[in-house]
Amino acid sequence: MPDATSPELSPLHEPFHTRARQREADRLGMLVFLASEAMLFGGLFAAALMLRLLDPAAYAAASGRLSLWLGTLNTAVLLTSSALAALAVTAARHGRPRAAVAMLAGTMALGALFLAIKGYEWSSEAREGLLPVLAPAHFTSRFEQLFMNLYLLATGLHALHVTGGLVLLATAAFKRRTHEDTEAVLIGNAALYWHLVDVIWIFLYPTLYLARVNA
Amino acid sequence: MTVRTQAGSQAADTEQADEVIEARSYLRDGHSLRSWLLTTDHKRIALLYLIAITGFFVVGAIAAALIRLDLLTPAPDLLSNEGYNRAFSIHGIVMVWFFLIPSIPSTLGNFLIPLMIGARDLAFPRLNLLSWYIYIVSGVIVLFVVIGGGVDTGWTFYTPLSSMYANGMVVATVAAVFVSGFSTILTGLNFIVTIHTLRAPGMTWGRLPLFVWSHYAVSIIFVLATPVLALTLILLAAERLFGIGVFDPALGGDPLLFQHLFWFYSHPAVYIMVLPAMGVISELVTAAARKRIFGYWFVALASLAIAVIGFMVWGHHMFVSGQSIYASAVFSFLSIAVAVPSAIKVYNWTATLYKADISIDAPLLFAMDFIGLFVAGGLTGLMLAMLAIDVHVHDTYFVVAHFHYIMVGGTVTAFFGALHFWWPKITGRMYNETLGRIAAVVILVGFNLTFFPQFLLGYEGMPRRYHVYPPEFQALNVISSTGAALLAVGYLMPAVYLLWSLRRGPRAGPNPWGATGLEWTTSSPPPTHNFTEQPVVEHGPYEYPLAHPASRGDA
Repeated sequence: MPDATSPELSPLHEPFHTRARQREADRLGMLVFLASEAMLFGGLFAAALMLRLLDPAAYAAASGRLSLWLGTLNTAVLLTSSALAALAVTAARHGRPRAAVAMLAGTMALGALFLAIKGYEWSSEAREGLLPVLAPAHFTSRFEQLFMNLYLLATGLHALHVTGGLVLLATAAFKRRTHEDTEAVLIGNAALYWHLVDVIWIFLYPTLYLARVNA
Repeated sequence: MTVRTQAGSQAADTEQADEVIEARSYLRDGHSLRSWLLTTDHKRIALLYLIAITGFFVVGAIAAALIRLDLLTPAPDLLSNEGYNRAFSIHGIVMVWFFLIPSIPSTLGNFLIPLMIGARDLAFPRLNLLSWYIYIVSGVIVLFVVIGGGVDTGWTFYTPLSSMYANGMVVATVAAVFVSGFSTILTGLNFIVTIHTLRAPGMTWGRLPLFVWSHYAVSIIFVLATPVLALTLILLAAERLFGIGVFDPALGGDPLLFQHLFWFYSHPAVYIMVLPAMGVISELVTAAARKRIFGYWFVALASLAIAVIGFMVWGHHMFVSGQSIYASAVFSFLSIAVAVPSAIKVYNWTATLYKADISIDAPLLFAMDFIGLFVAGGLTGLMLAMLAIDVHVHDTYFVVAHFHYIMVGGTVTAFFGALHFWWPKITGRMYNETLGRIAAVVILVGFNLTFFPQFLLGYEGMPRRYHVYPPEFQALNVISSTGAALLAVGYLMPAVYLLWSLRRGPRAGPNPWGATGLEWTTSSPPPTHNFTEQPVVEHGPYEYPLAHPASRGDA
């Protein structure tokens, strides 16, 4: 079988007889995992929906305490990084490993920028007494505290996933065999994961930041 | 073995062939501890799970024994109030997450799915080993909780009890359950990908054994429901540890949100427990009846229907919580709807047995136990799905009896049935079948003696989770505790004769039951790569009678 020996392709592992089937399995495994991740955040969105239904006006007012500009900036940063991830996959598929690594590096840089902006946002919120970390928080209403608790948990969990995504992207970028793989198995899966992180943010952004608009 | 008594070369040949099969089997492929603890062979990992799960079954059973002993008298003589709360909490937590949920999928599913579809292993063998280690880490945390004094929240961790008032190691327990969730998610992921990508040539979706179909359905629940529990537990831990509360009523939060999220996982979890059991019964019944299953597609799709509808019935745990009456009515209707696919399965098993040439083997008796107990549990489940009746018996022993009929009478019985059916395949040895039949009967009698009185107790108003009760309930409680002792004997019997069979049992041969299915075409125990040559499937899963040399003589 020619497909078991050519060195520039990803190696064939145990239970599989053909590389095509193995690739299919790797991709399907990642998609199933992403479905699981989506349900994890689904619980958070259900909680946000319930809070909003409990008191729509207070929810919108609390949402107004967040920095809309930083949230919007971060949305742009993350969307751009996702586009770069998609370009990295295309570059790898076209046999241009150096371009693929450059794109991955860009993706990671923007991911790190996202985390930096997020960290700055958290610290300024903590200084304003909106987050119950470092200094004791002081809220204008009980509902505001509830909202900020949800905000901290949701963005914190998302930031953890961003960090996990960065690790995955770094693994894909540093392994030589990975970006020379014209089937882009690992890069493709890392990019898929990164898109999920992005998509979750696309939902978090209106849920948390844009809710004020309805007030 | 009657063969041994016959003098002559034939007996010697058989013996020699048996030796060769055993020498090539997965059990002989390395004897070091390392060859077991770092194995990626799904069969060995299944055995690792079996050992770990049996250990947790014992822990949960000891807690159950304490509960039943304490309930012998109306007075609180054995345990303090706090101690009793901790006993039933540990019993529930260990039995649900550390025994019932992984029981059939992680052991028999792990062992059998690649064999049944003609694959060499699961799609991600190392991930499979990782999920065992994750399970063990979570198990160590839960043992630490048990030794450290336990928790008193019950297995449901309702807020604000768990987040503000409960004593004991709530966060450690929640962490254990959280970690164990990753193990089941990875197992489910592995099963889904394996079933999609590793079916042997000719193994179409319509030729999958029903055991595989039910594991496919349960994997979907693993993957989609478990993360919701994970999130719920994160929210709970954040509230208890850091005061970052989302459910906190002092902030205007709603503790009912916790219940919604918790039951969104925990009701499907019931189907996680019972669907694999149903898959087992489909195999046991067809093998004993030596007939094609009645209505293959109905049974297969009923599994998926149960998995899907199961996601939309969680509100029936909250009929008395003050949720909207319209929501309750919808949840009530959907809960009743689950009875349809469940009943399809029961009718189809019965129709399969109808006019069949049935062999009353130990596995069949366990399957019959399952069907009877599952029907009793299911019908009382219908009663509980009715709004008015639920208000009457909510939080009473009626509910306790109902879910024990499903989980213990159903799942645990099926687990034992599966163990009896596939034991010869797993170990290559046959156990004493008469003892197996007796155990099946002892378990049936012991189970009913334990749990039927609890229906009566609950209907008369004895609440669950209390250990001090009015004296008029004592007689039924004494019957129940006596039954529990008999049930314990029933569960201990297989432990003795199955272990005994490992040393002294006669060799089983590749197909001791004369069953169809790819797993019976390979040797017992199977070689490391499952099949010596890639199987090609040419017919459906239940093409009886077998025109196969290994087929039983009396068939």
